Amino acid sequence: MLDATLEMNKPFLLTAEGVTKSFDGFKAINDLNFYLDEGELRTIIGPNGAGKSTFLDLITGRTRPDEGEIEFKGTPVIKKTEYQIYRMGIGRKFQTPSVYSDHTVYENILLGIKGGRGVWSAIFGRVTPAQNDRIYHVLEIINLRDKAQVRAGTLAHGQKQWLEIGMLIAQDPELMLVDEPAAGMTDEETARTGELLLSLAGKHTIIVIEHDMTFVRQLANKVTVLHQGSILREGTLDEVQNDERVIEVYLGKKKHDAIHPEH
Amino acid sequence: MQNKFRKAELWGIAIAGIILLAVLPALNAFLPESSVFHVSDFTINLYGKYLCYAVLAISVDLLWGYTGLLSLGQCLFFALGGYAFGMHLMLLIGKLGQYHSDLPDFMVFLGYPKLPLQWEPFRSFWFAVAAVVLVPGLVALVFGFLAFRSRIRGVYFSILTQALTYAACLMFFRNDFTFGGNNGLTDFKFILGYDIRSAATQRCLFIATGILLILTYLFCRWLTLTKFGKIQRAVRDSENRVLFSGYAAGNFKLFVFVVSAIIAGLAGALYVPQVGIINPSEMAPDKSLEAVVWVAVGGRGTLIGPVIGAIVVNALKSWATRAYPDLWLIILGGMFVVVVLFMPKGIVGLPMQLWSLFKRSTTLWKKVRNQHVGPTEVPLKESSTPRQANAIRGRE
Repeated sequence: MLDATLEMNKPFLLTAEGVTKSFDGFKAINDLNFYLDEGELRTIIGPNGAGKSTFLDLITGRTRPDEGEIEFKGTPVIKKTEYQIYRMGIGRKFQTPSVYSDHTVYENILLGIKGGRGVWSAIFGRVTPAQNDRIYHVLEIINLRDKAQVRAGTLAHGQKQWLEIGMLIAQDPELMLVDEPAAGMTDEETARTGELLLSLAGKHTIIVIEHDMTFVRQLANKVTVLHQGSILREGTLDEVQNDERVIEVYLGKKKHDAIHPEH
Repeated sequence: MQNKFRKAELWGIAIAGIILLAVLPALNAFLPESSVFHVSDFTINLYGKYLCYAVLAISVDLLWGYTGLLSLGQCLFFALGGYAFGMHLMLLIGKLGQYHSDLPDFMVFLGYPKLPLQWEPFRSFWFAVAAVVLVPGLVALVFGFLAFRSRIRGVYFSILTQALTYAACLMFFRNDFTFGGNNGLTDFKFILGYDIRSAATQRCLFIATGILLILTYLFCRWLTLTKFGKIQRAVRDSENRVLFSGYAAGNFKLFVFVVSAIIAGLAGALYVPQVGIINPSEMAPDKSLEAVVWVAVGGRGTLIGPVIGAIVVNALKSWATRAYPDLWLIILGGMFVVVVLFMPKGIVGLPMQLWSLFKRSTTLWKKVRNQHVGPTEVPLKESSTPRQANAIRGRE
């Protein structure tokens, strides 16, 4: 996984340099420098308000940084709109599951599937057999095939999370940004989500934001700790967990419990 | 949502089509006035007006119910279409006006030396028809482009559309704007060489309006069945998700806005020869608000709802303005409040609402009866198992 870093000549897939973003004087992101290699599966952890979701907002064009530069494959993204950034190959799953609740599960995936995004193609385009197969393939992966014609709003919370991950898989982006995929899931569902992300890791570059340390350990990859809008430490989970500063700031309130879970 | 036209719906359209295009006109034309089944010229004219309103209501719902864009200025486009066609009708009057001049009466009255340049091409019927489509379409395109590019949403969009129609209304009220000032355009004599006031012409206009309504319905149904329709509703429910799924939501909204403006313009163009007048009060903000009430009463987010709403509310209006002229606005407002509070899905949703009410009351009744006999009820705890338990299970 860390092999890519050794090839020094290879450009990063995503770079963020000197990025700062404040909301009403509060620096949500503070002089952040972040580098991501192609094919990496990176986990970002950090206490509430560390700027994790804001960082994803900056990458995907939801908000714009006050200072600094974010580049995807060498192209600056910060002046682009959400859908332009999407078309560059960056997909996102939100923290709270955001699916189209009035549409069926099938339609949700259909709207996510790779293909034309224009008005005319939406009006005159038809679902090709290949696309249809792909939709059912994705439904198979996220285990919602038998719910294809069910309204997405009636799904259980965990299933909505999966559906949104399914929309991401359907999109097939180079870079997947996955914000708290396991939130509100049972342990079993969480484990399956972990497996799913690991299976995607080969083909896609993935950033996962997560609180659940068991889940982070399952992913067993490079971890970035955010604190007060900048990077506190990067490394393997073990390195991070034994870092004095991480223990100090991250665990200030709960001591060791949160980062060294009992189970 | 289904991807094909439903059979029942097609049958419904076919039956409505036969009634509108054949039965009513035939009853009007061929039965003697003494017959109980005779449909009077007045009624045909009145129904023709309702059908124009029904088309307008569909255009409001295409924006509001399907895309989540509450336009409070839809009558601007209706009136623009009406004016474009009214200008043509105005020029057909010829020397038969009160002043026996080549110029329309109001121009003589206001001392115009000659026909203003922008009026010239409206001598052609086909130019007027093109203008009926293009003028509302272009106004919507420019306004929509600016509004959606600036990401104006929700209530701000509604207020802006209302401001737009009010501004246009004030402009058309001015005499020097060359469109007849507050009197507007009226006193039409001919259409396509026929006497516009004759029963036969009015019957044809009624049939034309029926055709427009059916075509509009079919077009909108087709549109909602395409992927475009799915994206449209996705924009309504979660615009952010749409943006982050790579769709330029603004372009989709702009397209719907322009299409609905054109539909409203066509309705207006058929409205004018049937009521015989178009003036700036047609684009006053309260007209557009009324159209929104029709949609709410009928049931938004459906295509049949606006049609029912437009006809029911206007039939009620025809009756109430005669029976209780002072109370009409209170009735209209009251109806809106009642619908918003108690009938979120309007008249169309009422049967379902009553059915679920009926089912609830019967289960309640059974419970009460069972309790009377003995506690056979399932304890509450067991019925409310945690949601997660039913969630995705592993693939064994």
